[in-house]
Amino acid sequence: MAESQSLVAHHFSTLEQEHDAETMGMWVFLATEVLFFGGLFSVYTVYRVIFPGAWDAGSRILDLNLGTLNTAVLLGSSLTMALALHAARLGNRRTMVFFLLVTASLGTLFLGVKGFEYYHKYTEHLLPGLGFELPAGMPVQVGLFLRMYFVMTALHAFHLIVGIGLVLVLAVFGWRGKFTPLKHSPVELIGLYWHFVDIVWIFLFPLLYLIDRS
Amino acid sequence: MSHETSSVRTLIFAFLGLMVLLALTVWGSFINVGAWRATVAVVVAIAKALIVMIFFMHLKGGNRLTWAVAGAGFFWLSILLVLTIGDFVTRVALAPVP
Repeated sequence: MAESQSLVAHHFSTLEQEHDAETMGMWVFLATEVLFFGGLFSVYTVYRVIFPGAWDAGSRILDLNLGTLNTAVLLGSSLTMALALHAARLGNRRTMVFFLLVTASLGTLFLGVKGFEYYHKYTEHLLPGLGFELPAGMPVQVGLFLRMYFVMTALHAFHLIVGIGLVLVLAVFGWRGKFTPLKHSPVELIGLYWHFVDIVWIFLFPLLYLIDRS
Repeated sequence: MSHETSSVRTLIFAFLGLMVLLALTVWGSFINVGAWRATVAVVVAIAKALIVMIFFMHLKGGNRLTWAVAGAGFFWLSILLVLTIGDFVTRVALAPVP
Protein backbone atom coordinates (compact mmCIF):
# COMPACT_ATOMS: atom_id res chain seq x y z
CA MET A 1 0.00 0.00 0.00
CA ALA A 2 1.29 3.41 -0.89
CA GLU A 3 2.15 5.79 1.93
CA SER A 4 -0.51 8.29 0.86
CA GLN A 5 -3.22 5.65 1.18
CA SER A 6 -2.12 4.24 4.54
CA LEU A 7 -2.16 7.68 6.15
CA VAL A 8 -5.96 7.59 6.50
CA ALA A 9 -7.50 4.57 8.26
CA HIS A 10 -9.50 2.45 5.78
CA HIS A 11 -12.92 3.25 7.28
CA PHE A 12 -12.48 7.00 6.79
CA SER A 13 -12.54 8.99 3.56
CA THR A 14 -10.29 11.87 4.57
CA LEU A 15 -7.82 12.82 7.30
CA GLU A 16 -10.20 15.61 8.28
CA GLN A 17 -13.08 13.18 8.83
CA GLU A 18 -10.85 10.79 10.80
CA HIS A 19 -9.62 13.64 12.97
CA ASP A 20 -13.17 14.89 13.69
CA ALA A 21 -14.30 11.38 14.67
CA GLU A 22 -11.30 10.91 17.00
CA THR A 23 -11.84 14.27 18.65
CA MET A 24 -15.54 13.63 19.19
CA GLY A 25 -14.82 10.18 20.63
CA MET A 26 -12.45 11.71 23.18
CA TRP A 27 -14.99 14.37 24.16
CA VAL A 28 -17.67 11.67 24.62
CA PHE A 29 -15.29 9.82 26.96
CA LEU A 30 -14.59 13.05 28.83
CA ALA A 31 -18.35 13.69 29.18
CA THR A 32 -18.68 10.32 30.96
CA GLU A 33 -15.72 11.29 33.16
CA VAL A 34 -17.49 14.55 34.06
CA LEU A 35 -20.42 12.47 35.32
CA PHE A 36 -18.06 10.04 37.11
CA PHE A 37 -16.57 12.88 39.15
CA GLY A 38 -20.00 14.59 39.21
CA GLY A 39 -21.34 11.85 41.49
CA LEU A 40 -18.65 12.64 44.07
CA PHE A 41 -19.19 16.39 43.68
CA SER A 42 -22.91 15.94 44.41
CA VAL A 43 -22.22 13.82 47.52
CA TYR A 44 -19.79 16.54 48.62
CA THR A 45 -22.39 19.29 48.06
CA VAL A 46 -25.23 17.43 49.81
CA TYR A 47 -23.11 16.91 52.95
CA ARG A 48 -21.97 20.49 52.79
CA VAL A 49 -25.61 21.65 52.76
CA ILE A 50 -26.35 19.41 55.76
CA PHE A 51 -23.15 20.07 57.78
CA PRO A 52 -21.88 23.56 56.81
CA GLY A 53 -19.97 24.07 60.08
CA ALA A 54 -18.00 20.84 59.71
CA TRP A 55 -17.11 21.70 56.10
CA ASP A 56 -15.80 25.13 57.19
CA ALA A 57 -13.71 23.57 59.97
CA GLY A 58 -12.51 20.78 57.67
CA SER A 59 -11.23 23.15 54.98
CA ARG A 60 -9.10 25.00 57.55
CA ILE A 61 -7.28 21.73 58.34
CA LEU A 62 -5.91 21.49 54.79
CA ASP A 63 -2.61 23.17 53.86
CA LEU A 64 -3.53 26.19 51.72
CA ASN A 65 0.08 26.94 50.64
CA LEU A 66 0.63 23.42 49.29
CA GLY A 67 -2.82 23.42 47.68
CA THR A 68 -2.11 26.72 45.91
CA LEU A 69 1.35 25.53 44.83
CA ASN A 70 -0.15 22.35 43.40
CA THR A 71 -2.80 24.29 41.49
CA ALA A 72 -0.09 26.47 39.92
CA VAL A 73 1.98 23.35 39.07
CA LEU A 74 -0.97 21.66 37.36
CA LEU A 75 -1.98 24.80 35.43
CA GLY A 76 1.64 25.07 34.30
CA SER A 77 1.56 21.46 33.12
CA SER A 78 -1.47 22.27 30.98
CA LEU A 79 0.51 25.08 29.36
CA THR A 80 3.46 22.78 28.58
CA MET A 81 1.06 20.12 27.22
CA ALA A 82 -0.47 22.75 24.91
CA LEU A 83 3.05 23.83 23.86
CA ALA A 84 3.93 20.18 23.12
CA LEU A 85 0.93 19.94 20.78
CA HIS A 86 1.93 23.25 19.18
CA ALA A 87 5.41 21.82 18.51
CA ALA A 88 3.89 18.60 17.12
CA ARG A 89 1.81 20.62 14.65
CA LEU A 90 4.94 22.42 13.48
CA GLY A 91 6.88 19.16 13.31
CA ASN A 92 9.48 20.19 15.92
CA ARG A 93 10.25 16.74 17.30
CA ARG A 94 12.78 17.76 19.97
CA THR A 95 10.68 20.66 21.27
CA MET A 96 7.64 18.40 21.47
CA VAL A 97 9.47 15.68 23.41
CA PHE A 98 10.98 18.34 25.70
CA PHE A 99 7.56 19.79 26.58
CA LEU A 100 6.05 16.31 27.02
CA LEU A 101 8.79 15.46 29.52
CA VAL A 102 8.25 18.79 31.35
CA THR A 103 4.51 18.01 31.48
CA ALA A 104 5.14 14.55 32.96
CA SER A 105 7.63 16.06 35.47
CA LEU A 106 5.14 18.71 36.63
CA GLY A 107 2.50 15.97 37.02
CA THR A 108 4.96 13.96 39.11
CA LEU A 109 5.78 17.05 41.21
CA PHE A 110 2.04 17.47 41.87
CA LEU A 111 1.82 13.85 43.05
CA GLY A 112 4.88 14.33 45.27
CA VAL A 113 3.35 17.37 46.99
CA LYS A 114 0.04 15.49 47.33
CA GLY A 115 1.86 12.51 48.84
CA PHE A 116 3.60 14.85 51.30
CA GLU A 117 0.20 16.29 52.27
CA TYR A 118 -1.22 12.76 52.74
CA TYR A 119 1.76 11.76 54.89
CA HIS A 120 1.38 14.92 56.97
CA LYS A 121 -2.33 14.14 57.55
CA TYR A 122 -1.31 10.60 58.58
CA THR A 123 1.14 11.89 61.20
CA GLU A 124 -1.61 14.20 62.52
CA HIS A 125 -3.98 11.20 62.88
CA LEU A 126 -6.27 12.70 60.26
CA LEU A 127 -6.09 9.86 57.71
CA PRO A 128 -9.36 7.90 58.12
CA GLY A 129 -8.74 4.23 58.89
CA LEU A 130 -5.14 4.62 60.13
CA GLY A 131 -5.21 5.76 63.77
CA PHE A 132 -7.85 8.39 62.92
CA GLU A 133 -8.52 10.79 65.78
CA LEU A 134 -10.03 14.26 65.44
CA PRO A 135 -8.65 17.09 67.62
CA ALA A 136 -10.84 17.83 70.65
CA GLY A 137 -13.72 20.23 70.00
CA MET A 138 -14.02 19.45 66.27
CA PRO A 139 -17.46 18.53 64.95
CA VAL A 140 -17.53 14.78 64.33
CA GLN A 141 -18.61 15.36 60.70
CA VAL A 142 -15.15 16.78 59.96
CA GLY A 143 -14.30 13.08 59.62
CA LEU A 144 -16.81 12.93 56.76
CA PHE A 145 -15.17 15.96 55.13
CA LEU A 146 -11.73 14.31 55.37
CA ARG A 147 -13.08 11.07 53.87
CA MET A 148 -14.51 13.07 50.94
CA TYR A 149 -11.16 14.89 50.65
CA PHE A 150 -9.17 11.67 50.46
CA VAL A 151 -11.56 9.87 48.08
CA MET A 152 -11.85 12.81 45.66
CA THR A 153 -8.16 13.72 45.63
CA ALA A 154 -7.11 10.06 45.39
CA LEU A 155 -9.41 9.48 42.40
CA HIS A 156 -7.96 12.63 40.83
CA ALA A 157 -4.40 11.46 41.61
CA PHE A 158 -5.17 8.10 39.96
CA HIS A 159 -6.26 9.93 36.80
CA LEU A 160 -3.05 11.94 36.92
CA ILE A 161 -0.91 8.78 37.27
CA VAL A 162 -2.62 7.38 34.15
CA GLY A 163 -2.02 10.73 32.41
CA ILE A 164 1.69 10.76 33.28
CA GLY A 165 2.05 7.22 31.90
CA LEU A 166 0.31 8.21 28.65
CA VAL A 167 2.43 11.37 28.25
CA LEU A 168 5.64 9.35 28.75
CA VAL A 169 4.48 6.88 26.06
CA LEU A 170 3.87 9.88 23.77
CA ALA A 171 7.39 11.13 24.49
CA VAL A 172 8.89 7.73 23.50
CA PHE A 173 6.82 7.49 20.31
CA GLY A 174 7.50 11.14 19.54
CA TRP A 175 11.25 10.63 19.95
CA ARG A 176 11.08 7.75 17.47
CA GLY A 177 9.45 10.11 14.98
CA LYS A 178 5.99 8.53 14.93
CA PHE A 179 4.21 11.88 14.76
CA THR A 180 4.16 14.24 11.79
CA PRO A 181 2.55 17.66 11.29
CA LEU A 182 -0.26 15.84 9.41
CA LYS A 183 -0.70 12.91 11.76
CA HIS A 184 -0.30 13.43 15.51
CA SER A 185 -3.77 12.72 16.94
CA PRO A 186 -2.46 10.87 20.03
CA VAL A 187 -0.72 14.06 21.22
CA GLU A 188 -3.94 16.01 20.74
CA LEU A 189 -6.26 13.42 22.35
CA ILE A 190 -4.07 12.66 25.39
CA GLY A 191 -3.66 16.44 25.69
CA LEU A 192 -7.46 16.73 25.97
CA TYR A 193 -7.42 14.10 28.74
CA TRP A 194 -4.60 15.96 30.54
CA HIS A 195 -6.48 19.26 30.44
CA PHE A 196 -9.61 17.51 31.71
CA VAL A 197 -7.70 16.20 34.76
CA ASP A 198 -6.47 19.77 35.28
CA ILE A 199 -10.07 21.08 35.17
CA VAL A 200 -11.16 18.54 37.82
CA TRP A 201 -8.47 19.97 40.11
CA ILE A 202 -9.55 23.54 39.25
CA PHE A 203 -12.88 22.67 40.95
CA LEU A 204 -11.47 20.45 43.72
CA PHE A 205 -9.06 23.14 44.94
CA PRO A 206 -11.58 25.87 45.93
CA LEU A 207 -14.19 23.36 47.10
CA LEU A 208 -11.77 21.58 49.44
CA TYR A 209 -9.19 24.22 50.47
CA LEU A 210 -11.00 27.55 50.24
CA ILE A 211 -14.38 27.01 51.92
CA ASP A 212 -13.70 29.20 54.93
CA ARG A 213 -10.44 31.09 55.41
CA SER A 214 -11.90 34.42 56.52
CA MET B 1 -5.79 20.02 8.05
CA SER B 2 -7.64 23.26 8.59
CA HIS B 3 -7.42 23.25 12.37
CA GLU B 4 -6.03 26.54 13.50
CA THR B 5 -3.43 26.27 16.21
CA SER B 6 -3.36 28.77 19.03
CA SER B 7 -0.17 30.80 18.85
CA VAL B 8 2.42 30.46 21.61
CA ARG B 9 1.56 34.01 22.61
CA THR B 10 -2.12 33.12 23.08
CA LEU B 11 -1.23 30.05 25.13
CA ILE B 12 1.06 32.02 27.45
CA PHE B 13 -1.56 34.76 27.90
CA ALA B 14 -4.15 32.08 28.74
CA PHE B 15 -1.75 30.66 31.36
CA LEU B 16 -1.13 34.13 32.85
CA GLY B 17 -4.90 34.66 32.99
CA LEU B 18 -5.23 31.38 34.90
CA MET B 19 -2.54 32.49 37.37
CA VAL B 20 -4.30 35.82 37.97
CA LEU B 21 -7.58 33.99 38.64
CA LEU B 22 -5.78 31.59 41.01
CA ALA B 23 -4.32 34.52 42.98
CA LEU B 24 -7.74 36.20 42.96
CA THR B 25 -9.57 33.15 44.32
CA VAL B 26 -6.99 32.49 47.07
CA TRP B 27 -6.96 36.18 48.08
CA GLY B 28 -10.77 36.33 47.89
CA SER B 29 -11.13 33.39 50.25
CA PHE B 30 -9.70 35.52 53.08
CA ILE B 31 -12.43 38.15 52.64
CA ASN B 32 -15.64 37.42 54.47
CA VAL B 33 -18.42 37.71 51.89
CA GLY B 34 -20.74 35.50 53.92
CA ALA B 35 -23.10 33.30 51.95
CA TRP B 36 -21.52 34.37 48.64
CA ARG B 37 -18.21 32.63 49.41
CA ALA B 38 -19.05 29.40 47.60
CA THR B 39 -20.64 31.22 44.66
CA VAL B 40 -17.57 33.42 44.12
CA ALA B 41 -15.23 30.40 44.38
CA VAL B 42 -17.27 28.37 41.87
CA VAL B 43 -17.66 31.28 39.42
CA VAL B 44 -13.87 31.81 39.39
CA ALA B 45 -13.38 28.03 38.92
CA ILE B 46 -15.80 28.05 35.96
CA ALA B 47 -13.89 30.97 34.43
CA LYS B 48 -10.62 29.02 34.79
CA ALA B 49 -12.20 25.88 33.29
CA LEU B 50 -13.49 27.91 30.31
CA ILE B 51 -10.00 29.36 29.67
CA VAL B 52 -8.54 25.83 29.69
CA MET B 53 -11.26 24.47 27.39
CA ILE B 54 -11.26 27.34 24.90
CA PHE B 55 -7.50 27.89 24.56
CA PHE B 56 -5.77 24.66 25.67
CA MET B 57 -8.43 22.16 24.53
CA HIS B 58 -8.99 24.15 21.32
CA LEU B 59 -12.75 24.42 21.54
CA LYS B 60 -12.17 27.80 19.89
CA GLY B 61 -11.23 26.16 16.60
CA GLY B 62 -13.34 23.04 17.14
CA ASN B 63 -16.39 22.13 15.08
CA ARG B 64 -19.97 22.38 16.31
CA LEU B 65 -20.29 18.67 17.04
CA THR B 66 -17.43 18.95 19.55
CA TRP B 67 -19.14 21.92 21.18
CA ALA B 68 -22.40 19.93 21.37
CA VAL B 69 -20.72 16.93 23.03
CA ALA B 70 -18.80 19.11 25.51
CA GLY B 71 -21.98 21.07 26.24
CA ALA B 72 -23.97 17.84 26.74
CA GLY B 73 -21.47 16.69 29.39
CA PHE B 74 -22.00 19.85 31.40
CA PHE B 75 -25.77 19.81 30.80
CA TRP B 76 -26.00 16.29 32.27
CA LEU B 77 -23.81 17.36 35.17
CA SER B 78 -26.12 20.30 35.87
CA ILE B 79 -29.15 17.93 35.92
CA LEU B 80 -27.31 15.72 38.43
CA LEU B 81 -26.35 18.62 40.69
CA VAL B 82 -29.48 20.81 40.45
CA LEU B 83 -32.01 18.02 41.06
CA THR B 84 -29.99 16.43 43.89
CA ILE B 85 -29.26 19.69 45.69
CA GLY B 86 -32.79 21.01 45.04
CA ASP B 87 -34.11 17.97 46.89
CA PHE B 88 -31.92 18.45 49.96
CA VAL B 89 -32.34 22.23 50.14
CA THR B 90 -36.16 22.03 50.04
CA ARG B 91 -36.32 19.16 52.55
CA VAL B 92 -35.16 21.54 55.28
CA ALA B 93 -37.88 24.06 54.40
CA LEU B 94 -40.58 21.41 54.54
CA ALA B 95 -39.54 19.92 57.92
CA PRO B 96 -42.48 19.86 60.38
CA VAL B 97 -42.54 22.63 62.97
CA PRO B 98 -41.95 21.12 66.44
